[in-house]
Amino acid sequence: MKVRTHMSMLFHLDKCIGCHTCSIACKNLWTDRKGAEYMWWNNVETRPGAGYPTGWEDQDRFKGGWEYKDGHLDLRLHSRTQGLFRLFFNPALPSIDDYYDPYTFRYSDLFTSPEGEDQPTAVPVSMITGEVMTPTSGPNWDDDLGGSPLYAQNDPNLKGLDPEVRAQLSEIEGVVFQYLPRICNHCLNPGCVAACPTGAIYKRAEDGVVLVNENKCKAWRMCVAACPYKKVYYNWATGKSEKCILCFPRLETGQAPACAHSCVGRIRYMGVLLYDADRIPEAAMVPDDQLVESQLGIILDPFDPEVIAAAKAEGIDDGWIKAAQNSPIYKFVKVWRLAFPLHPEYRTLAMMFYVPPLSPVVSTLEKALRASQGKEGLVRLDIPETDLDFEVYESLERARMPVKYLANLFTAGNESLVVPALKKMLAVRILKRQESLEGGVTEKALRVLQDAGLTLEEAEAIYRLTTLPTLEERFVLPPYHREMAAEVWKDPLAHKGETGFGYIQPPLRGE
Amino acid sequence: MNWNTLLFGVFPYIALTLAVVVTAYRMAYRPFSVSAQSSQLLEQKRLFYGSIAMHWGLVLVLLGHLLALLIPKGLLLWNAVPLRLYLLEITGLGLGLWALVGTWVLLTRRLSVARVRAASTSMDYLVLVVILVSALSGVLTALLYRFGSYWFPAVMTPYLWSIFTLQPRPELIADLPFWTQLHVFNFWVFLAVFPFSRLVHIITVPLGYVLRPWQIVIWVRKLAR
Ligand code: HEM
Ligand code: SF4
Ligand code: SF4
Repeated sequence: MKVRTHMSMLFHLDKCIGCHTCSIACKNLWTDRKGAEYMWWNNVETRPGAGYPTGWEDQDRFKGGWEYKDGHLDLRLHSRTQGLFRLFFNPALPSIDDYYDPYTFRYSDLFTSPEGEDQPTAVPVSMITGEVMTPTSGPNWDDDLGGSPLYAQNDPNLKGLDPEVRAQLSEIEGVVFQYLPRICNHCLNPGCVAACPTGAIYKRAEDGVVLVNENKCKAWRMCVAACPYKKVYYNWATGKSEKCILCFPRLETGQAPACAHSCVGRIRYMGVLLYDADRIPEAAMVPDDQLVESQLGIILDPFDPEVIAAAKAEGIDDGWIKAAQNSPIYKFVKVWRLAFPLHPEYRTLAMMFYVPPLSPVVSTLEKALRASQGKEGLVRLDIPETDLDFEVYESLERARMPVKYLANLFTAGNESLVVPALKKMLAVRILKRQESLEGGVTEKALRVLQDAGLTLEEAEAIYRLTTLPTLEERFVLPPYHREMAAEVWKDPLAHKGETGFGYIQPPLRGE
Repeated sequence: MNWNTLLFGVFPYIALTLAVVVTAYRMAYRPFSVSAQSSQLLEQKRLFYGSIAMHWGLVLVLLGHLLALLIPKGLLLWNAVPLRLYLLEITGLGLGLWALVGTWVLLTRRLSVARVRAASTSMDYLVLVVILVSALSGVLTALLYRFGSYWFPAVMTPYLWSIFTLQPRPELIADLPFWTQLHVFNFWVFLAVFPFSRLVHIITVPLGYVLRPWQIVIWVRKLAR
């Protein structure tokens, strides 16, 4: 057992309101620079939808992640020799149009236009060429229209859904969508690291942050293709690859990452996980439907004395072990089993986790119930909302956001993992609704709780951490002992406001 | 000092010094500036035709030159059979033409695709022009003065060795035809431009990839101690 520590983020999708505040926080902090205009290290997608860059989940085209065949785990992108032969041209690389042509508006026109009959307008101009352009796509181009057949039909996660269910998703007045905020997953078995011919990308043993060494990167751009989440970006001005740095300068000073800190819906949690580095390969080499289990298997119990002893033997200090014990991520992921990695079938062992959304679950069911009562259209149901909860609980397979769809996103299609999580969340909702609105809990609600596999205490803990957590409960940050870190060699004030990368020479390209 | 001495006896040393000293400085002290500066993100199709053609053409032809420099006797032995001489010459010419076309595609691409132009420096254009001149003068030499692989060991190999051994004999070049002289001179220009341009990427070919393990994990703290 080789115990290591990992900083992980958790996204409670049931709370995400799709406001993009996180994306803006990250953009302002890290990517508001020449060559990085098109990058959104944090982006928010409407789902079903094609995402950003468009269709990133289509690995037949982009060749991201690992393939497990005949007992071998190989990069989908290339073997090592193939990689060298494809340096001159990398066929799987997305082009700028797969993201979008970044644009701004020529605001000066508003002041300098000659007097005339019409109100002056600020025309859009490309931030690459400076030429006037008509934007035809963007990082959130299909925002809130996710259900519309125009965009949503291209979502690869819709595979395996009944045609009937697919049609329902985009029904007039019944459109359903959810939000999916994404950052780099700081994977345990990262495709980006493995694909870099130079070896410029590495994972930090202390906290699992995956970083590109900008001094070593030579623009072979294999990482961009090999990351199945398309979370490495190529800066055309500097000729270097860049990615989310998990705001390590903030983590090292005891602050949560900017995207998490700024989150309006407070959907993000940050905490430490202990994992067994020795068992990474075996966790990535199991059939698709067992991947979540095998990954959770190498995440260790921070209360187990054996684990603690092994952690100390590795030089992990008490502060980190304590943080791991208080970690909200550990609770959601391992104790309550409510959260899953995004697309485990890519086999990079993503270390950011998602609680699947519950909210839009009801309406298909409403329709089904209406039909059974001989009613049609948008007639409101006359069963009380509280009873409706029970109906939903009993028939999750007919939920508005198809369970199969959620399973395709979070469990490699394994519905038997998603359903218990949804049931637990629903059971807690029913319980707390009765408690707070009806002044008492019914037998039926308690039976549901038991059926979902929760005790009253657990339900209360889930409820508290979901709805009422304080900042300190959401972000349980370990002491980084920055005074001991390599970074103290550098003057933080000198670096502040540069780029986060500390250019020796500012990039000249694109001036 | 006449032109011949200046261009083929003195300038090579200026070029070589720049190539070695500035490249070493840049690799050691300006690593952030060392990059192939890919423009594939901005344009793909023309890069596909241009880059693959130029690179494979140039890399193989350069390796051919290197062989002729290192084992001239072997080359002469090989050429003793006419069929083998023709085979070598036709392959060389084909690769040279391929590189020429590829470079032309890349140059026109850089000039005409607005996005690529926006991401270009004057050095990027200069480098392509130098390579274009190289490929063009090389192909013309091959076509006009048969057979290069036959006389290279007799003229070029001694000339190049004379430079590398610090006993320059520029007079060896003096009587060569214009295109061939241009080809040689342009190579020294190439070396002089090398350290100041994206060309440094040539010596960063990541062959170590074949041997290294897939994953890289670094203890930042241990580095600090
Ligand atoms: C064998 C090792 C080499 C490798 C791995 C390599 C790789 C690359 C890569 C990745 C690019 C960027 C292409 C893009 O825009 O995406 C590039 C561009 C370039 N390379 Fe190489 N190269 C090699 C050798 C050479 C040689 C021997 C030359 C010339 C003698 C050369 C000249 C160039 C030039 C001029 C460009 C810029 C092309 C343009 O303007 O778009 N390379 N190379
Ligand atoms: S999600 Fe992050 S760590 Fe994982 S492969 Fe992509 S860039 Fe690398
Ligand atoms: S963790 Fe920091 S760098 Fe990464 S997406 Fe969030 S704000 Fe951006």
